[in-house]
Amino acid sequence: MANDPISQFQISKIIPIENVGGLDLSFTNSSLFMVATVAVTSLFLYLTTANRGLVPGRLQSLSEMSYEFVASMLRDAAGTQGMRFFPLVFSLFMFVLIANLIGMFPYFFTVTSSIIVTFALAILVIGTVVFYGFMKHGLKFLGLFVPEGVPGILVPLVVAIEVISFLSRPISLSVRLFANMLAGHITLKVFAGFVVSLSTFGVLGIGGAILPLLMAVALTGLEFLVAFLQAYVFAVLTCMYLNDALHPSH
Amino acid sequence: MPGRDKGSVDEKHPTDGGDLEGRRRSLDAALAARSENSAKGRKDRGSGGGAGFAQALKLSSEFIAGILVGAGIGYLIDRFVGTSPWGLVIFLLLGFAAGVLNVLRSAGMVAEPKSAMGSGDKPDKTE
Repeated sequence: MANDPISQFQISKIIPIENVGGLDLSFTNSSLFMVATVAVTSLFLYLTTANRGLVPGRLQSLSEMSYEFVASMLRDAAGTQGMRFFPLVFSLFMFVLIANLIGMFPYFFTVTSSIIVTFALAILVIGTVVFYGFMKHGLKFLGLFVPEGVPGILVPLVVAIEVISFLSRPISLSVRLFANMLAGHITLKVFAGFVVSLSTFGVLGIGGAILPLLMAVALTGLEFLVAFLQAYVFAVLTCMYLNDALHPSH
Repeated sequence: MPGRDKGSVDEKHPTDGGDLEGRRRSLDAALAARSENSAKGRKDRGSGGGAGFAQALKLSSEFIAGILVGAGIGYLIDRFVGTSPWGLVIFLLLGFAAGVLNVLRSAGMVAEPKSAMGSGDKPDKTE
């Protein structure tokens, strides 16, 4: 792999399937790691719960903890009514979390560092919110954009601001996850690169290389934290947006 | 507190039926209180460590997203209606306002629109 910090995000075609009705449907390294993420998640959840013990073992309690974690998050944000979205939120959380963690292996591709992936996930969330909101509440869902108690003359202005604020949600949701993973991996690579280039300068260089090495070790720890935190933030915001779809104005 | 609960339950033990209901209800209440506590504890733990970093990135992305969406809408309107440059100017400013609103809302300084009707401009926590 090349030494510059950006080349790790390059997408390469593994099985080229080009020009299917004008679309390039090649199986890329990104697709490979998405499949790997789904496979790891499913296998983990299936195998750890395969022989259900009444007293859970270590791994079983790990998967039960992840269930409880997401379930209580959703219940806090959207109430018990929100539990009908549990499969969606749990899948999103596990996908983002496992994709982030798989990206922490050296030489592995980080799926969530491509904005198109995170944007697709965010559009899925907002699409669900809009679709379910209109299905359940009809046109009353638009009441989300009209706060009560606003003087009549200001309503068009406030509605425009609220609409822009609503439309900016998928963007901020996707940009946040993408930027965190991209920036983290670039920083890690840059500091690791310092170690290599400093150590070519003889004894003094090797002595000096200890500092970026320590930094790289510390950043690795931070990256694991960020990987979890971003999955958590993504899931929490999904819950809050779903809450808007369930209760647009009350 | 738990001791007193137990005492009252033991006292009522001989009467059947309603006693079981009562015990179940007190167990439900205790479980709900405990899960509430654990949820609160989890939230508190989450707000330490790298959460400040996460908060900073969250706020900046909220703000930038508002401006980008406003500018994008303005640009599209200009493109299709031909009102250049007024659509971009107006919607960039509206996007700025939306970005500020996003930031204030996610920092919990402004009540969510749904609670705005009841509690006026009280600085309410979001959820």
